[in-house]
Amino acid sequence: MDFISILSIFVLACFVGYYVVWSVTPALHTPLMSVTNAISSVIVVGALIASAAAGAGGSKWFGLVAVALASVNIFGGFAVTARMLAMYKKKERPAPKTGGH
Amino acid sequence: MHAVNPWVAVAYLVAGVLFILALRGLSSPATSRTGNRLGMLGMLIAVVTTLVTHVPLGGVGGAHGPSIPFEGDFVDLVTAGEIVIAIIIGGTIGFITARRIQMTAMPQLVAAFHSLVGMAAVLVAIAAFLNPGAFAILGADGNILTVSRVEMSLGAAIGAITFSGSVIAFAKLNGNMSGAPIILPARHVINLGTLAAIVILTALFAGSAHAGPGENNLFWIVVAAAFAIGFLLIIPIGGADMPVVVSMLNSYSGWAAAAMGFTLHNTAMIITGALVGSSGAILSYIMCRAMNRSFISVIAGGFGADSSSAGGPAKEQRPYKRGSAEDAAFLLKQAENVIIIPGYGMAVAQAQFVLRDMADMLKEHGVNVKYAIHPVAGRMPGHMNVLLAEANVPYDEVYELEDINHEFAQCDVAFVIGANDVVNPAAKTDKASPIYGMPVFDVAKAKTVMFIKRSMTGVGYSGVDNEVFYLDQTMMLLADAKKMVEEINKSLAD
Repeated sequence: MDFISILSIFVLACFVGYYVVWSVTPALHTPLMSVTNAISSVIVVGALIASAAAGAGGSKWFGLVAVALASVNIFGGFAVTARMLAMYKKKERPAPKTGGH
Repeated sequence: MHAVNPWVAVAYLVAGVLFILALRGLSSPATSRTGNRLGMLGMLIAVVTTLVTHVPLGGVGGAHGPSIPFEGDFVDLVTAGEIVIAIIIGGTIGFITARRIQMTAMPQLVAAFHSLVGMAAVLVAIAAFLNPGAFAILGADGNILTVSRVEMSLGAAIGAITFSGSVIAFAKLNGNMSGAPIILPARHVINLGTLAAIVILTALFAGSAHAGPGENNLFWIVVAAAFAIGFLLIIPIGGADMPVVVSMLNSYSGWAAAAMGFTLHNTAMIITGALVGSSGAILSYIMCRAMNRSFISVIAGGFGADSSSAGGPAKEQRPYKRGSAEDAAFLLKQAENVIIIPGYGMAVAQAQFVLRDMADMLKEHGVNVKYAIHPVAGRMPGHMNVLLAEANVPYDEVYELEDINHEFAQCDVAFVIGANDVVNPAAKTDKASPIYGMPVFDVAKAKTVMFIKRSMTGVGYSGVDNEVFYLDQTMMLLADAKKMVEEINKSLAD
């Protein structure tokens, strides 16, 4: 892929991000942060390539440490998001008196 | 190496789309859990794709076929084992932390997680610098490609800023370090100088004729300077501004991932980086707006440094009405509409659970109970909503500032617990006040205002006195928030 195609994807993704994030309900802003945290660990892709590559011994170890750090985030980020989202519940029973909305 | 097999590129694109859907799911609590699962699936696809294309298992053979030729990329089972061990170690730590963490400590956890993404980006950039061949960014002349040099320097620099900045934010939020801003003399000069140095050194590195694998030391200086600037940028920012800082670092961790995505020509990383980057930027903007502070003034730091004497000693003598738990219970029971305004003080006292009990009892008495949440009620965006959700408060009883502020005129009791600045009319009337311009709840329009507060001396985060304390319809309930609500509950039960 040439630089311009990559840049196009990036710019369009920024616009997608802008509209998607504004549509997130403010009540879920904390889970939004934890889940963006988890997905930004997709940097693990680079870490895996470095770990798997032959040659330049040092770079492999940098890669492996990066894999471990990103894994903390992937598992921790998705797990803590799931834990928070599980707590958001609707009213189980109608309140004795409902004031219209 | 890139796009040897078109399906590889498609797989990364699918992962990127699944991440978009993960965020899209958060538009309502009902769809959010599915969204989170799609995010996990996206990550699984990205990881498995990378493993399959980059770690051909020695001996198994044939599985990848000749369609993915990797010269010099053949790795044995030892390497595969090392990767699995790294994933298991990291994954276990992450999973256990996520299970055990207290909801009140969520801001610290998120800051800590940001620091890890930042560090991972730095390490990947270093690995790419040392072994550019593995990332297919080595030019024919034996130098790293010029554009890749810029991308990896940017990725490393943003990652390093994210790391050191998040470490300081974590220490401030976790109480390892005072929340008070630390002001260095001439800090703006130092900061701007360091930033300029990073830009200039990156340009020199990109223009250098000496840029073979691990060859040019300019790269290391850029990384070191970026670590320093992250530290310098966050230490002068006070505790009250931490919600903005955490959001900003969230954004940076995204841009770091995007920069590395450019280096690797990886669509999943670029899409994710752009999503996370915009997300953090929007959250920073929302937080700044909620405090009526400009982003620049937050970054410039120093808010809350001068111990403001606003309010003055003379005001402490002003008369106010003190109520008991029985008085409060009586009024609450008679009320038709009650709006509860929780602040961070409620979470500190761990009063959210007894508060929910109180709301349940009031509902049994036919009272209409709603919760009103200010965007900066917690220590990070949406923090108070999580704390209430943990106490089983249904999310459809919780309202945002602009959705409920007009209802105070029809409200019998505004029940303020552990909050102060967000109900302070000085934000509208007193131009000299440090919180002037911040959107606040119009609690004074309610028939009765109840304030649960430990004492009359302690004032809010900004150190400003509150006119509402001294109004005729205000009843001060001076006690620990949890004890007071428990006593109200006792009276309600009688």
